[in-house]
Amino acid sequence: MSPRSNTREQFRPPEHPTDHFLMTTVVGSYPKPTWLNRTTDLADDEDHDFDDGDLAEALDDAARLITNEHVRAGLDVAVDGEMRRNEMVEYFAHRIDGYEFNGPVKVWGHNYFDKPSVVEELAYDEPWLVEEFAFTTGAASRPVKVPITGPYTLASWSFNEHYDSEAEVAYDLADLVNEEITRLVEAGARYIQIDEPALATTPDDHAIVGECLEQIADGVPDEVRLGLHVCYGEYSRIYPEILDVPVHEYDLELANGDYDQLEVFTEPEFTKDLALGVVDVHTAEVETVEEIKQNITKGFEVVPPERLTVSPDCGMKLLPREVAYRKMENMVQATREVEAELDAGEITVGYAGD
Amino acid sequence: MTEILATTPGLFPLPDWAKSDLADLKGHQKDDLLAGDETGELREVYDRARADVLGTQTDAGLDRVVEGQLRWDDMLAHPLCVHDHVETRGIVRYYDNNNFYREPVVRGELTHDGDVAAELDGSPGVDQALLPGPYSLSELATDEHYGDDAALLDGVAEFLAAETAALPDVETLFLLEPSLVTEPPVDGEDRRASAAIDRVADAAGADTDVVVHTYWGAIPEKPYAHLMDAAVDAIGFDLVADHEQTIYNVQEYGTKPSIALGVVDGTNTLVESPARIAERVEWVAANAPAESFETVYVTANTELFYLPVNRFEAKLEALAAAPAEVEL
Repeated sequence: MSPRSNTREQFRPPEHPTDHFLMTTVVGSYPKPTWLNRTTDLADDEDHDFDDGDLAEALDDAARLITNEHVRAGLDVAVDGEMRRNEMVEYFAHRIDGYEFNGPVKVWGHNYFDKPSVVEELAYDEPWLVEEFAFTTGAASRPVKVPITGPYTLASWSFNEHYDSEAEVAYDLADLVNEEITRLVEAGARYIQIDEPALATTPDDHAIVGECLEQIADGVPDEVRLGLHVCYGEYSRIYPEILDVPVHEYDLELANGDYDQLEVFTEPEFTKDLALGVVDVHTAEVETVEEIKQNITKGFEVVPPERLTVSPDCGMKLLPREVAYRKMENMVQATREVEAELDAGEITVGYAGD
Repeated sequence: MTEILATTPGLFPLPDWAKSDLADLKGHQKDDLLAGDETGELREVYDRARADVLGTQTDAGLDRVVEGQLRWDDMLAHPLCVHDHVETRGIVRYYDNNNFYREPVVRGELTHDGDVAAELDGSPGVDQALLPGPYSLSELATDEHYGDDAALLDGVAEFLAAETAALPDVETLFLLEPSLVTEPPVDGEDRRASAAIDRVADAAGADTDVVVHTYWGAIPEKPYAHLMDAAVDAIGFDLVADHEQTIYNVQEYGTKPSIALGVVDGTNTLVESPARIAERVEWVAANAPAESFETVYVTANTELFYLPVNRFEAKLEALAAAPAEVEL
């Protein structure tokens, strides 16, 4: 996969006002509307006549609402905010043969998740995201990105009762992710992001993630844009090795640490596209357009404008919804202003000056 | 004659009903975690949950019963996180797990607190106490008072010694020292870590056996050699994560008169059978022929809160049934 193969132009809006195009998108998750959480509780309540059909309708409503919210904020590429996904591991494990659920386990404080157990050989069962993609595409006037939890994270955040090693779990899951991507591509998906937050816990396993990505990318057509999202880790332990992974774009959390790790990516040269985190998702304070413009400009220290994507640090689901929206809105406005300044030759820092 | 006892390193999962009751009462954010001064309904929920896990252990037939450490929101950092002179800040990663605790920042002298002793006073039937070891607790903390690592370790050791002295009479005290494996002490520090453990063990009652339990792998050779200088009754090993280096240490440096064997995986839902557990215990005895043990503590390698409740209970039952199957 050529790092420069241009998978980006297809996402440029026809009416885009400037020559420069810094693509704006989000990582994926978004705060769920409070009524959606209430309906989930209602569907669980046996004494209530709210049934699965009603819940499906509520999920459609939420997905449509949040997709529109993304489009309204001006994003070039939208997501449905992962409204149908209860959690980033559970959601997939429920759809894969070979997983079993035993109950909630602690993450921190009183935050728990239903950590699944791999109890037999994993196999593809039902489609994971094809319906979600088709629905979101139908609801959006913009192209849609599909985030998928990566096989390494799915393996790390599961109990393994069957395989000899966690790496073997990850490799089998990588084949299933490949199968799902094939279906998504058939359904029209052109932008797929693999989320691997678990790599932050065990950066020394980057070779396993690399091997998984080789399996995932196998047979995926050139025009399909593949991204890898990594967050909250020590990047010097995975760079430059991750450059060898067959994806077009790396989506990185960097605003949270005030770009203290940006320098890691300057040497050796960053040869892929960079999706730069420009707003912090762990503070409810909304960054100003001016602040975000400065953050975007930092990206030019690593890549030229034609290889920069603009994104929040990570999924926004923990923010209040209104704050999440205002962050996206400011992010888009900042991007459009930077693009105009690039057109006018007013930004000359780093690779933007080349 | 070797006595074989089934026990655990504590830090149990909350019963599922208590998970939701406590989340409702306390909330989900870091500011909502325990400060150590809970009263009223919150206290009642913890009392009921504690009664639950005491019952689970006695029903299973474990030889040592622990309090369960259900209040330890911050896992091993708990005794610091509830201390008046410690400020809790952001959420930080707990060892190499997808678990987090509040970063405890030591802002003043670690005076006697008594939180853990009070927990045990309210728990009839408990005959094994648990504390973080001084080295691990100092590694989990951030210091803004003592000035350097050595002084912090001393301060933490003094604090834990006072907490230990305040404990009610128990048969066994487990000091959990995973950091000896994950962040092994370097030259000079290894001697101090051992002295700090000695200081805490010395504060235990004369009739209490002190076990220093290590896990997340095998303790490297040199810190192990220093640990052997500490006057404790037993050292505990993680045979699930690394049995080869562990047995090498025991063969090369010997071990204490008693031993704790972490042979049940506290981080995986696959439940070991009593026969399998017994086999692992026999393997250690067969590979350390020069050692004869007064007591073998058969235990899980790690804390048990990583498990869902059904598997946690199944593992307690398997542990309790294992000693009868061991042939030494």
